[in-house]
Amino acid sequence: MISVTQLTKRFKEFTAVNELSFEMQPGDIVGFLGPNGAGKSTTMKMLTGFLAPTSGEIHIDGMDLATNSKAIQAKIGYLPEGAPAYGDMTVIQFLNFIAKVRGIDSQHRDQRIADVVQQLALEKVLDKPIENLSKGFKRRVGLAQAIVHDPQILILDEPTDGLDPNQKHQVRELIQHLSKDKLVIVSTHILEEVTAVCNRVIVIADGELRFDDTPEALLKQSKYHQAITLHLSYQADISGLLELQGVADMHVDRATGRVTLFPEPGAQILHLVTEYAQVRKLPVDTLYIEQGRLDEVFRTITKERVA
Amino acid sequence: MNALGIIVKREFASFFATPVAYVFITIFLMLSGVFTFFIGQFYERGQADLLPFFNFHPWLYLFLVPAIAMRSWSEERKSGTIELLMTLPISVTQAVLGKFIAAWAVLGLALLLTFPLWVTVNYLGTPDNGIILAAYVGSWLMAGAFLAVSLCMSALTKNQVIAFILAIVVCFLFVLSGSPVVLDVFQGWASAMVIDTVASLSFLTHFEAMAKGVLALNDIGYFLIVIVTFMIANHMIIEQKKAD
Repeated sequence: MISVTQLTKRFKEFTAVNELSFEMQPGDIVGFLGPNGAGKSTTMKMLTGFLAPTSGEIHIDGMDLATNSKAIQAKIGYLPEGAPAYGDMTVIQFLNFIAKVRGIDSQHRDQRIADVVQQLALEKVLDKPIENLSKGFKRRVGLAQAIVHDPQILILDEPTDGLDPNQKHQVRELIQHLSKDKLVIVSTHILEEVTAVCNRVIVIADGELRFDDTPEALLKQSKYHQAITLHLSYQADISGLLELQGVADMHVDRATGRVTLFPEPGAQILHLVTEYAQVRKLPVDTLYIEQGRLDEVFRTITKERVA
Repeated sequence: MNALGIIVKREFASFFATPVAYVFITIFLMLSGVFTFFIGQFYERGQADLLPFFNFHPWLYLFLVPAIAMRSWSEERKSGTIELLMTLPISVTQAVLGKFIAAWAVLGLALLLTFPLWVTVNYLGTPDNGIILAAYVGSWLMAGAFLAVSLCMSALTKNQVIAFILAIVVCFLFVLSGSPVVLDVFQGWASAMVIDTVASLSFLTHFEAMAKGVLALNDIGYFLIVIVTFMIANHMIIEQKKAD
């Protein structure tokens, strides 16, 4: 549905996006990850037709964005970075304006607006000018305008920035609920968000594609994936743990007293560790399998490659 | 309603959502009164026409039109709403036209609200109302030219003050291009044709006949060309550097 080939954007000398290629299908909820300045927003601006690429092609629904931008823009809902909106309009005026421009006919318009107002809990601020709203409300107004025409493709640039944990949760639920047959692209630098809502992750750094797979696959890249962390209630000899088959490394955190055992790639070590602990009567009071640590993977993937 | 109509309506409403339109209209009415009665000596002339009123319009527009136009594009750039606007399924042409029409309508409204002057002159004497109507139309057309220039300058920058000053400078050159201030620069080295061309670009020269109620085709054509030219430039600027 979205097909991007060799997408490149240069600003004078600076290459913001470098030969990016990917494909996305309906049903994909894609998390766009990357450090600040990695090219996430620039890519989104090109996908929505706001910026013209220096080179490369974007095809959406089989149409070339360069020649069919209006038809494609009608299918896209877009929340730009920072959720800009006309501050002098009230929320209801603004949503009405967007709904009209989006061509929602007058019979359905009120119903659609009522729906998104309810979905984003904007009832209390409908008649307030947008410039007087809190950051959280502004963001939600931006989301409301992005989904008011029930778009097939939803592109959200940092939708949860500035929201409190409850509001973040609300927005994530909203994204999950609307996306059975839709294509959603969410940029964020909140790593947990990706595992919480997305079924696909694309990591960009320095304008280049560094990773494109499921969140589970991203976690698997972590050396903490399937690692076992345990804690002993009092000191005991644990040196034997390192000898166990399949254990590659052991790390003891002096501050917390937690011991982490890293498996060799593909090895399952849980049963060996529990067996050992029982036989040696180790005073284990906590033991769990690590899923992998996103921040560690993120750092590994995005840090500059040494040539 | 089509997209252009929706944009015009939004832009027009936004002038009145903030005090911009009210302040503009009030100042316009006050200043045009002051110019007409005190400087234009409306009563002392003893003539039943509105020439002293119309004669000052280029000078009023010189400051007031850039003031009303300066935020149009600058604000969109500054607040980032240009990204929203340009990713909606509307064309740049519709956006440029919409902003122009909305602001031109505000200028038209301000002109209409000077009707007490027309009432006064009809009460005091028997003016030729056809001439007055023609002069109103001419003045509105000239206001459109000032507006197109100012909107184009607003598209250049995200800073409203810079947009305002740029617009005044460019408008000022257009107003004065028939006067010695500008022509002296060309005198002595440029050919007579160049000087004539520069002189013919003057808003003042073209408005002179209009203020007297003569709507000559070349004057109307001139202002229309200025409007269209600057709107095309505006379109190009937005198209080229909407993201800057």
